[in-house]
Amino acid sequence: MTDILSPLPGTFYHKPSPDAAPFKSAGEAVAAEDTIGLIEVMKTFIEVKAEAAGTFAGYVAADATPVSAGETLAKLD
Amino acid sequence: MAIRKLFIANRGEIAVRIIRAAKSLGIETVQAHSEADAGMLAVQLADGAVCVGPAQAAKSYLNIAAVVAAAKDAGCDAVHPGYGFLAENAEFARAVEAACMVFVGPTAETIDRMGDKVAAKIAAQAAGVPTVPGSDGRIEAAEAVAIAEGIGYPVMIKAAAGGGGRGIRIATSAEELARLAPQARAEAEAAFGDGGLYLEKVILNPRHIEVQILGDGTGAAVHCYERECSLQRRRQKVWEEAPAFGLPEATRKALCDSAVALAQAVNYRGAGTIEYLYDGAADRFYFIEMNTRIQVEHPVTEMVTGLDLVALMLRIAGGEPLPLTQEQISCTGHAIEVRLNAEDPFLQFLPFPGKVTALTIPVGEGVRFDHFLYEGYQIPPFYDSLLGKLIVRAEDRAAAIGRMADTLTGIEIGGLKTTIPLHLALAADAGVRAGEFHTQWLEPWLAAGNLTAPHRSIGERP
Repeated sequence: MTDILSPLPGTFYHKPSPDAAPFKSAGEAVAAEDTIGLIEVMKTFIEVKAEAAGTFAGYVAADATPVSAGETLAKLD
Repeated sequence: MAIRKLFIANRGEIAVRIIRAAKSLGIETVQAHSEADAGMLAVQLADGAVCVGPAQAAKSYLNIAAVVAAAKDAGCDAVHPGYGFLAENAEFARAVEAACMVFVGPTAETIDRMGDKVAAKIAAQAAGVPTVPGSDGRIEAAEAVAIAEGIGYPVMIKAAAGGGGRGIRIATSAEELARLAPQARAEAEAAFGDGGLYLEKVILNPRHIEVQILGDGTGAAVHCYERECSLQRRRQKVWEEAPAFGLPEATRKALCDSAVALAQAVNYRGAGTIEYLYDGAADRFYFIEMNTRIQVEHPVTEMVTGLDLVALMLRIAGGEPLPLTQEQISCTGHAIEVRLNAEDPFLQFLPFPGKVTALTIPVGEGVRFDHFLYEGYQIPPFYDSLLGKLIVRAEDRAAAIGRMADTLTGIEIGGLKTTIPLHLALAADAGVRAGEFHTQWLEPWLAAGNLTAPHRSIGERP
């Protein structure tokens, strides 16, 4: 199990836009450098990338909620 | 009736600024804040504070019903919207007035009218203000060359039905236009099913110059001279000056008079800004838009005129007739403002929210620092990155740039990355010192790597 941590404080989003599907869903294969979510920080959107490959286990932080730096956003199996 | 109790529907440095102006007039203050902003400086300075919703601006500072209800419940008789958020939202202005409070700004009708690009351009033309020359509405490809003669080259050909830059071409001569117009027509026809074209003059490397105006809503208006705001990154101003350098005196007068004419024509109430493009080579200016609010860069105007624009807004909103005549407003010396943002200029201006671990505020003659910081303050990541504005004034532009460089080296904001290194590099740049810049200058300057080298000499006087 690997945790994907937030690099910055901000608002975490599971989706590239409100009407789109989430970047990843449980059971999906994740390659290193795949984008798993977005952090909105001071009106700028930053992509959150997986550091290692694995299988997506799910989001930990809810969509469109405030997160702090270092907080767990999602888990990989 | 004079305002007794003011609701501040904004945050950050402008909320602090509004509270200061209100206190100078003996007005009681109530500060709006989100759940993430309970610890901000304006909350500490105001007489009262009310939470208007969660961290997300859409649910707090942009929530019209929540903001109006909070102001009313707090017993306020007026609402100052600051800049951004709901400041230019006509629906908000209407909701404030429907709740029997004063909106500190123009009428909702003025916000609607001047916020619409086409309606604003028509209002400007009707007031005799020069606008960017173009065809009057749509034309056919065959008419293009004849019409361009009256506009002057280079011209931009746009699809009348278009948007998003599709079908835009630039022609520098009649020959080129004759060749490009049929192409533009065909592309517009293919893309939009409508081959109608529109021509507009291209202003090459323009400067952004804007005029501060004040009106009382009865048709009386004055100008408070102009500002130069050409140094922009991603269409955000980073460095602003007052007055605009290198402007012939007759041009300055025509520019400022045109702004007053427009403000009078629309019975403008409150503080507003009329923005222009200035073509230095041709010594011509063109209206682009009007901002119906107090602007971030208003302090440079205050530094050279000695006026308190926010206090004047509050007095006008309280029903006073325009308290100043044009003859009473003068412009002395030169002022520069830089925007200090929580961003790392060496890392593509990545936002850098954090905790302020140490704070040394600059003081001195001709120095002003508008901000909302204190030691131990945690900058929330949910809003824009503006931390504060450093403003200096000196007898002339060269001295003001020198004072800016000196003062920037004396600021310490520990725990954060800020845009101070950008401003130090700009203050040391020969092009900036010579005033050889325009709205398209800063981004290529950054792309050319002017920020990567350490600027050892920047703390020294020129």
